[in-house]
Amino acid sequence: MSDITSQTLVELVKNIKEKKISSEETTKAFIERGEKSKDLNTYITEDFSSALQKAKKFDQKPNFDLKLPGIPMAVKDLFCTNGVKTTAGSKILSNFIPPYESTVTQNIWNEGAILLGKLNCDEFAMGSSNETSFFGNVQSPIDKDLVPGGSSGGSASALAANLTPITIGTDTGGSIRQPASFTGTVGLKPTYGSCSRYGIVAFASSLDQAGPMSKDVKDCALLQEIISTYDEKDSTSIDFKRNEYSKELTNNIKGKKIGIPKEYRVDGMPKEIEDLWAKGIEYVKDCGAEIVEISLPHTNYALPAYYIVAPAEASSNLARYDGVKYGFRSKGENLIDMYEKTRSEGFGAEVQRRIMIGTYVLSSGYYDAYYLKAQKVRKLIKNDFDEVYKKVDAILTPSTPSAAFKIGEKTNDPVSMYLNDIFTVPVNLAGLPAISIPAGVDTKGYPLGLQIIGKAFDEQNILNIAYAMEEKIQFKNKITDWWIK
Amino acid sequence: MTIDLKTIKHISKLSRISVDDKKAEKLAGDLNSIFEFIEKLNKLDTKNIEPLTSVAETTLKFRNDEVKSKDIRDQILKNSPDENEDFFVVPKVVE
Repeated sequence: MSDITSQTLVELVKNIKEKKISSEETTKAFIERGEKSKDLNTYITEDFSSALQKAKKFDQKPNFDLKLPGIPMAVKDLFCTNGVKTTAGSKILSNFIPPYESTVTQNIWNEGAILLGKLNCDEFAMGSSNETSFFGNVQSPIDKDLVPGGSSGGSASALAANLTPITIGTDTGGSIRQPASFTGTVGLKPTYGSCSRYGIVAFASSLDQAGPMSKDVKDCALLQEIISTYDEKDSTSIDFKRNEYSKELTNNIKGKKIGIPKEYRVDGMPKEIEDLWAKGIEYVKDCGAEIVEISLPHTNYALPAYYIVAPAEASSNLARYDGVKYGFRSKGENLIDMYEKTRSEGFGAEVQRRIMIGTYVLSSGYYDAYYLKAQKVRKLIKNDFDEVYKKVDAILTPSTPSAAFKIGEKTNDPVSMYLNDIFTVPVNLAGLPAISIPAGVDTKGYPLGLQIIGKAFDEQNILNIAYAMEEKIQFKNKITDWWIK
Repeated sequence: MTIDLKTIKHISKLSRISVDDKKAEKLAGDLNSIFEFIEKLNKLDTKNIEPLTSVAETTLKFRNDEVKSKDIRDQILKNSPDENEDFFVVPKVVE
């Protein structure tokens, strides 16, 4: 049996059910590795001693009928956890202890999993490199001073470094798929309305979705099956028949039609990404799928539309942080002064920038020119997808226009940072599911991902395609443990 | 279009975020480069297009108006930066 922390979720579940390892041994192994990996800065809050107690309790009275029997895992610090500090990577929530649990994490604990702690992320999930967190940069286990991507950077880094067997992130414009791509892991952004948003710190409510991040596609399918439930506490949760994704997972994708959108061939895209994409096309052909050239003509307008819609919704969602009922408060001469100082000192630069953009595009006289315009463009983008899905079952693209970059490389140029999400953002605007799987490396050996976009509620299909491709690709993440002294 | 310092000060007031002159200048620079990028949308004719407000095409369900989380007052008050008995405390607003 291989080392506990390098096993996949499915392997761990099997070994625990067959009593080859206990929950306590498993939990201890991940805690010990976590203790040795502080330099990665993946955790904002560790909950190790409580995790060990829960593991011991599980072993005393194990329930092997559960899907995650005594499995320890860490989650992004954007999910509210009852009684455990939840910061969203922000100073303004740095002392916030939720009196309730998010639906997605509750679903996970109901299946027997145990919380290891809360993982670092960009502040309020606004960022593509985990550099906007109040709690500092996260190091990628791939190489020193490399960003793990963002906003679910702590989740991706902890997963790739074997500090957690599986994890969850949130994806508003690529925040699961881009870090998965940067760290050689799998990340699924489900259909909007598939996973409940209840108890997730809100960024842009019409785009936010929680989703699984894992070491392989099988693990991803299993976690998606657990977290995706209809929830009356979220008014946009959708009541549809959900598959048993892990049971129904198949590598038979014969006859599936896969679209290749010409607009994703962007100027200045590195040759290694072009080559990776071409290789991906060959892989799906080998699996018996059919390739169809398609066009998504409004792709180029997705990112500018996103940078109106997302900040607009954020400026409204973040209006609640006023220093009165919870969170950080600064002293002011009067009430208004207190609000203004609290928000100026409590939010970081990127969050303030986006609140300002959002406030501006919603302000009197500009609403039609910006916000309404962006919503119309959003409609055109969704129409593009509706049109091609009459002809194809799924779409294959690169996940990102480049591999991971160095810490500090893009922090002074917001627009160049935003361009990182060029291939992921259209999916959020259209509310579709998409998965990123590791597919190769660049010249420096940094991982690169391919993205499979599906029809709404068709998670099973993209999981199947990913599963079939994964078998062909045989990707192995090279982690050297450079940060362990 | 360019966003000047006066506009920045106006937005900062609407956002309830205090901004000094130095920060205002930095923000003006950032916002101008972001809006230059955003204004690519003006090239697109959207005259007869319906705006998309939500991708979830559902009608809201009714539910009974009942309290489900009970007895969490103390936990809620504990998160407050300043509280007095059963109240949240803010700086004086009435002279």
